[in-house]
Amino acid sequence: MIRPDAELLLDINDLHASVEAQPILNGVNLQVRAGEIHAVMGRNGSGKSTLSKVLAGHPAYRVTGGSVRYRGSDLLELEPEERSRLGVFLGFQYPVEIPGVSNLEFLRVSSNARRQQQGLEELDTFDFDDHVRERLSVVQMDPAFLERSVNEGFSGGEKKRNEILQMALLNPVVSILDETDSGLDIDALRIVAGGVNQLATPENATLLITHYQRLLDEITPDYVHVMAAGRILRTGGRELALELEKTGYDWVDEEVASTGQGVA
Amino acid sequence: MVSTATDWLTRLPAPAGALEPIQRRGREALAQLGLPTRRQEDWRLTDLTRLQGLLTLPLAALDPASAEAASAQNVPGPPENGWRVVLDGHSDPLAGVTLPEGVSELSGSELEQALGHTLARCGSAHHWPVEFNHSLASQVLALRIRGSVPPLEVLVGAAEASLSPTRILLVVEEKAELEILEVFLADSGAAHSHLLEMHLGQEARVRHGVVAQGSGDSGLMAHLAVEQEPRSSYELITVSRGWALGRLEPQIVQVDGQASTVLKGLVLTADEQQFATHTTMRFEGEEGELDQLQKAVAAGRSHSIFNGAVNVPRAAQRTNAAQLSRNLLLSDRARIDTKPELEIVADDVRCAHGATVTQLQEEEMFYLRSRGISSARAAALLLRGYCQEVVDALPPLAQRWPVIDHLLEGLEQ
Repeated sequence: MIRPDAELLLDINDLHASVEAQPILNGVNLQVRAGEIHAVMGRNGSGKSTLSKVLAGHPAYRVTGGSVRYRGSDLLELEPEERSRLGVFLGFQYPVEIPGVSNLEFLRVSSNARRQQQGLEELDTFDFDDHVRERLSVVQMDPAFLERSVNEGFSGGEKKRNEILQMALLNPVVSILDETDSGLDIDALRIVAGGVNQLATPENATLLITHYQRLLDEITPDYVHVMAAGRILRTGGRELALELEKTGYDWVDEEVASTGQGVA
Repeated sequence: MVSTATDWLTRLPAPAGALEPIQRRGREALAQLGLPTRRQEDWRLTDLTRLQGLLTLPLAALDPASAEAASAQNVPGPPENGWRVVLDGHSDPLAGVTLPEGVSELSGSELEQALGHTLARCGSAHHWPVEFNHSLASQVLALRIRGSVPPLEVLVGAAEASLSPTRILLVVEEKAELEILEVFLADSGAAHSHLLEMHLGQEARVRHGVVAQGSGDSGLMAHLAVEQEPRSSYELITVSRGWALGRLEPQIVQVDGQASTVLKGLVLTADEQQFATHTTMRFEGEEGELDQLQKAVAAGRSHSIFNGAVNVPRAAQRTNAAQLSRNLLLSDRARIDTKPELEIVADDVRCAHGATVTQLQEEEMFYLRSRGISSARAAALLLRGYCQEVVDALPPLAQRWPVIDHLLEGLEQ
């Protein structure tokens, strides 16, 4: 939902970042307002996953230039946990398995950290149990997964559902979903996409990082951005994704080559 | 400071009691062996100054207050569905204890015949920590187990600034079932010399837990010799923390194959502590099984050592053994030495082994932090998760003890 007067949640300006001294982002510009759903598409290596990690504050990525403002303040100076508590959520492409740590306990500690920031009462084990069971329905998740270790032995689809369950519990302002569709069959994709749709409100925004257009059949974006060589090459509406589906990424490569913008 | 074994031996009280001949022989052996040196492979990494420090300690006195002092540290009451024996290194462990049905005391010729048998089978009768115990122990808790008996908890305390020698012999008869939890507690400056022999008859099943909780400057030297007849099953879960100098030596032999052994160990070290685990698993017959996991967490400037020997001679065809050593370094000044030692002569066997030394994983940390969890809390959660795997495997009796909280005390910030 595009409303020009809606709050500017995320304002990315000429963002440069590198990992192990290798530049990956080469001047990303992007503005996200409340109520919007953005899709960022691009080939592997175009920098789209790096963008999501930089926004979440992964310590392995170094910002070398530019700025990111989140609701008016500098996002980049915050620790990853502070970003989460303030409402920035990253749905992982590969959710991490943590043996020995119960999923339920993890969800509770994490959700209380956010609640505390929001000035809400922290939930004890019993209240949280009720709360989480109610939220399970967002992704039609089997309660048995609460009793297991975080993501341990979960299938690809179960891990992604667990990510969206966390999103449902954390009630984020900006959600960045990194390849949430990868490794999902069509049924699981619909469930996960259904969860994302249920959680979208006029007050929050979603950034979908994806390789394929099929996710966009389930979640309708307001904007589609095509990334290449660490920059956003073109921005359009839904039709841009359909065009990519038809023509592939070859034209993107040509454009990058013709402007000599490999790694700038 | 005691610089030679002879020095130390001359200071000991004269051999006495039921184990007098063994004490005498042990002392003769130690006079021959001398103190361990770093030239010996088994002691290469040991802080021998601390070992000599143990030798300056007086033996646990005939002071009834001492056992209580050691057990003052939040000891839960005796198990409701089981029974408890307290060992303090000098008083009669069975005084005032009613043995449950199926349990009887070994004595006289029976004891003489059985004592030392398993040590000989394990080939460890003349190891230094064994002779050390021989030369000191004046009591032995010697029991025969028949049928299925209630769970047994053995509380082994050592009071401040004393050395407590304790010894156990368990003969678990054919088809008998036993759950045993040994809990070692020590005041600062106290030390244990512990020796256990266990014989498992055919089809016997034993779940054996060891929770060793030291404090301050305490020391632990424990040798566990276990002999398994065919189709027996033995599970040993050991959890240790808080020893300035610790050495744990589980030695298991499957005398005629076809038995199953599970070994799971967890050692936490911090500050300047040093702890060594030396396990030996020997298969002497066909179709034996071993599932071994050894974990260590080293913080501060501590040093954790693991030596895991697995012997598969020609007679042990179709052995199936797996050993994994996983180690976590919490500080860049801590040190871990881990060494699998597989001697495999038989050709039709499956023996897997592996060792890893890591720090807390960056990806796991980032995942938790990206969910609003502070890095200190995230590290604590990961550490707890890491330890839980072994702690959860302890026999049910251990649930009455706050094992995991004690283990992690001070390590979680």
